[in-house]
Amino acid sequence: MADEGGIVKKFMFVNRKPPYGTIYALESLEVVLISAAFDQDVSLAFIDDGVYELTKGQNTKGVEMKNFSPTYRALEGYDIEKLYVERESLEERGLSEDDLVVDVQVMNRAEMADLMAEQDVLLSF
Amino acid sequence: MLHTVNKSPFERNTLKACLAHAKPGSAVLLIEDGVYAALADTAISPLIQQALSQVSVYALGPDLDARGVAKKIIAGVKVINYAEFVDLVVEHPNTQAWL
Repeated sequence: MADEGGIVKKFMFVNRKPPYGTIYALESLEVVLISAAFDQDVSLAFIDDGVYELTKGQNTKGVEMKNFSPTYRALEGYDIEKLYVERESLEERGLSEDDLVVDVQVMNRAEMADLMAEQDVLLSF
Repeated sequence: MLHTVNKSPFERNTLKACLAHAKPGSAVLLIEDGVYAALADTAISPLIQQALSQVSVYALGPDLDARGVAKKIIAGVKVINYAEFVDLVVEHPNTQAWL
């Protein structure tokens, strides 16, 4: 649509919930995938418990739910490559970048706030 | 008494409320998003470590596995399966589900 002269806006999906306990994390991912069809400038932020969406080694057999963590690795194929993770949120949870299932850009809280401030649209999950 | 906690300790005060009401000798079972409280080296770990001197703390294995965090459990927290969850319910005269 950018080629057709459409307006491109900056969309940020803000993920603050852990996976599986509620439907928020999965719903966010569904909307992100839909947004890929509209050729917008899409980014994903993972803060607070949202960082748990990206943990390696999720095995949902025992709870009989769909493990959707591999989908974050497929986002690149939809030209969604801006994944931002807040350092403080990782540290509070004893996690590091090595514990995550996909390559991300880790930044501090102030940098995350700056990034949020420059968005046109923020969608919160 | 058996207490269950199913909310993330980072997002809600459910765990704190539970621990504040759990009498010595009672059991606290972490399930669903509550299992994040069972992890070592987090901002919440000291809360569970303190509680362990008064109460037994359990975490549900399948919920830990689903979240990819089964390897980093606080020493003293017992990981149990669904059948053992049932045993805990049977062993205790009553259960309080903190939501």
